[in-house]
Amino acid sequence: MFNAELIGVHVGKKTDKKEADLHAILAEADALKKPIKTVWQEGEPVQVILKTVVEEQIDLLILGALQKENLLKYYVGSIARKLTRKASCSILLLIKPSIIRQACKHIVVNGLKDNKTEKTIKTAVLFSKQLLCKKMTIVEEISQSELQVKVDDDKSLRKATIVKERLKNREDQRVKNILKAIECEDISIKMQSIFGTRGYSIGHYAKIKRADLLVMNAPTNIGILDRIFPHDIEYILSELPTDVLIVK
Amino acid sequence: MNKKNTFKTFLGEIPRNLFSGFVVSLIALPLGLGLALASGAPPISGIIAAIVGGIVVSLIGGSKVTITGPGNGLVVVILSAITVLGNGDMYQGYLYTLAAIVLSGILLIILGFLRMGALGDFFPSSAIQGMLAAIGIGIFAKQIHVMLGNLEAKGSIVELLIQVPEGIFKFISTDNSSMFYAGLIGVVSLLIMVFYSKIRNRYFQLIPAPMWIVVLSVGLYYYFEMFSATDYPISKSLLIALPNDILSNFAFPDFGKVSQIEFIGAVISITLIASIESLLSIKAVDKLDPLKRRSNVNKDIRALGLATVISGFLGGLNVVTVIARSSVNVNNKGSNRSANFFHALFLVAFVLLFATELRKIPLSALAAILVFTGYKLAAPEKLIKVFNIGSEQLLIFIATLLVTISTSLISGILAGIIITFIIHVIINKNIFLFLKNVLKPNVLMFTEDGKYYVSVKNFSSFLNYTKLKSKLDQIPESQEAIVDFSLCDFVDHSVMENMNNYSETFERKGGHFEVIGLDDSKPGSEHPFALRKILPKHRVPKKGVLTKRQKFIQKISEEMHYSYDAFSDLEMKELPNFGYFKTRKIDKVSNVLTNNDCTIFDVQFSEGEMIAKQVIKATMLHIHTKTKLPKFTLDKEGVFEYILHFSGYKDIDIDAHPDFSKRFYLSGKNEEKIRAFFTDELILFFESNKQYHIEATAVGLLVLSNERVASVKEIKALAYFGASLQKIIEKC
Repeated sequence: MFNAELIGVHVGKKTDKKEADLHAILAEADALKKPIKTVWQEGEPVQVILKTVVEEQIDLLILGALQKENLLKYYVGSIARKLTRKASCSILLLIKPSIIRQACKHIVVNGLKDNKTEKTIKTAVLFSKQLLCKKMTIVEEISQSELQVKVDDDKSLRKATIVKERLKNREDQRVKNILKAIECEDISIKMQSIFGTRGYSIGHYAKIKRADLLVMNAPTNIGILDRIFPHDIEYILSELPTDVLIVK
Repeated sequence: MNKKNTFKTFLGEIPRNLFSGFVVSLIALPLGLGLALASGAPPISGIIAAIVGGIVVSLIGGSKVTITGPGNGLVVVILSAITVLGNGDMYQGYLYTLAAIVLSGILLIILGFLRMGALGDFFPSSAIQGMLAAIGIGIFAKQIHVMLGNLEAKGSIVELLIQVPEGIFKFISTDNSSMFYAGLIGVVSLLIMVFYSKIRNRYFQLIPAPMWIVVLSVGLYYYFEMFSATDYPISKSLLIALPNDILSNFAFPDFGKVSQIEFIGAVISITLIASIESLLSIKAVDKLDPLKRRSNVNKDIRALGLATVISGFLGGLNVVTVIARSSVNVNNKGSNRSANFFHALFLVAFVLLFATELRKIPLSALAAILVFTGYKLAAPEKLIKVFNIGSEQLLIFIATLLVTISTSLISGILAGIIITFIIHVIINKNIFLFLKNVLKPNVLMFTEDGKYYVSVKNFSSFLNYTKLKSKLDQIPESQEAIVDFSLCDFVDHSVMENMNNYSETFERKGGHFEVIGLDDSKPGSEHPFALRKILPKHRVPKKGVLTKRQKFIQKISEEMHYSYDAFSDLEMKELPNFGYFKTRKIDKVSNVLTNNDCTIFDVQFSEGEMIAKQVIKATMLHIHTKTKLPKFTLDKEGVFEYILHFSGYKDIDIDAHPDFSKRFYLSGKNEEKIRAFFTDELILFFESNKQYHIEATAVGLLVLSNERVASVKEIKALAYFGASLQKIIEKC
């Protein structure tokens, strides 16, 4: 797939036993178009992987991840999370890797009003073509504060409903403009606008809709404050609803 | 254009609001005096609160048919504030408490601007229930002694309760005639309060029960004055004391204790109770509003805050939204805020014109009203209701109640919150579920094919209910909404209760509200827990033994080829559409007899709230018609109907049938269509049969005779009447 070169990174001592194991695993897998290159290195996992990413000019990092973090890991961070937060390339987080490939049926993409969104949607379309996925939903998350109307009584409720409709149309239009430039005839693309907290809503949505892949923009920058007052991608990371692809 | 129209309707509705305001003021007067007395404040302070509240809130408030004034929930708080701050000097304590009232008003205004007026949403509902019950017991314990003519009883709530048997004995054996007569009036007044709702005579019910008490006790005074040789036996200390110059003799708050801890505690508890009581009342009254409008809670809280500040400066009590008076307003067809305004004006008039007569009211008569109120707040039915939801709710309820009675209100509600939380943790055996997720936004709402879909994740309890509420409030009630709890590990009772409220509101306004995802959390399964149970509304009643009446009905149902279901879980969706049920809340439908399109059923519904609440069971017939009908109501002609409907539609007389027009009161919107619909045959049928109250919507007819459950014979007659009527209508 993707005609890419696969690089396996193993952090730890290179032993004959491990090498044999790895070869055994690879032998079971489908034949690759390009030979796998394995990097054996010792050291702190996060640092090693990050370094390899830079050295080998890797485009996509594939990681297995825990579905739910516990309280300690949430703040200290597991390896996968740390990588997600720091890596300079796109990342694919797999929560339930299975030996037999499950067909990917539904991809949820974020359609935030952001410069990166166009690239994210393009990547998502590319992925869905490769995975032969027929259904894609672009979720536009609209922040509650953009609504500017507080619902108090019947009158303000009517007003809020109208404003919402207008915002929804505006967002739909924006996404449609992006889609114009992309070839995606054979995929059915739906648009869904959600009023809610950014990042969280899309994760929740993906979970409800039982999406197989969630494609997200990479966060701009994340500090410790963001983890205490989580937003955007942090929500997704703390409770992975499904496999997640973060596009950088 | 639209503006002009609303102004026109406003003008048109003034007469009925004036009338409604008048009836409400009849209740507000004795209640205002009584609540103030029970709070340990001068009686006039309650009237001041009602007057200021009525004027201010009607001008700038955000709700439509609510009535504002002194609230019964605050009695206990204010009494304890006056006692504590005054250190024995009640009047000085009252002045300090006025300052606390002013500050709590300011707090309410701030909360209103912060859109946090609905403090009640942050507390578990069983804890609030427990707290209200504790307040009821507090009022009851104190006032029962006053009702028996004894002003001397003192002590904590528990001590006062223990003294009750002794008080009764003292009352019977006393040789103090003043005390005995006062007590007698008190007991009679209590009987009036209790039996008032049982007498369904329209003339009698024109005057509310508390006013009957006032009228009768004042009448008694004049009887002694004019006809009897003996003097009025009740001494002056047992009568109401009003200042001589009522409108120029205002008390002014004393801010001397502002920095003291007791003072701050008083401010907080007053604010808390004022907010909770107002919110509960506003919510309940919104359900009664025939025009189904939604109140702007925060705007109302701001208005109540301002009214409280003004009232406090004039020497009045807190202003809150009160449910009993509001429900009386709705029942008397009050339609907008002007009713509240008029109620205040009438109060001013009463106080100015009848000050002498008011001074003749014995304290025991007012205490009787409060004893009844206190009992209603803490009635055993509430305990049973809470127990039915779950034994853990009973635990929360009782713990809150006991802590509130034995310490103070704030510690009571805190105890309620803590116990609720501990119980939730124990039930889930997982504290992290709460700790980790409490701050996360757990609600997702989006529209899908025109439906609103709301999904809730992790857990949903009183801790994070406001998040869910803010989403649900954005859904127009005429739409379809689905709330999915399937991603929730835990849903608590407060949330379930609120979901039930939403579902009622949606149904009233023509929408649909459904809760899904709780099917696999039945009671008795992995979580034997009522909190996750399906809505009580849909709870199918247990199969029981049939009563005699039910057996008879079963028998005649076989004779008449009707199918019968005693414990029907059928919902009569058509009922709320009838004008009759506009101000009445349907509780349940049972004993259903059906035959094609005819349905005879017992319906239980309630009118009013709190002390004005009357639960009524009645048998009715509903016919689902195939032809489209014009909307109309048909009633027995009488003088009284005329008074009640003077602002509605006119009586439609059919010239060709003078007898019919004389005997029946027919009204409706579309006069032409109604005339066309009432053919000679139909009129002949109505003339020759028993007169029922009949209402028609486009697709159905509702027939009822009296507001009670019908006997088996009457059911037979009703069924026969229905069948013939249906035949004639289908012919038309």
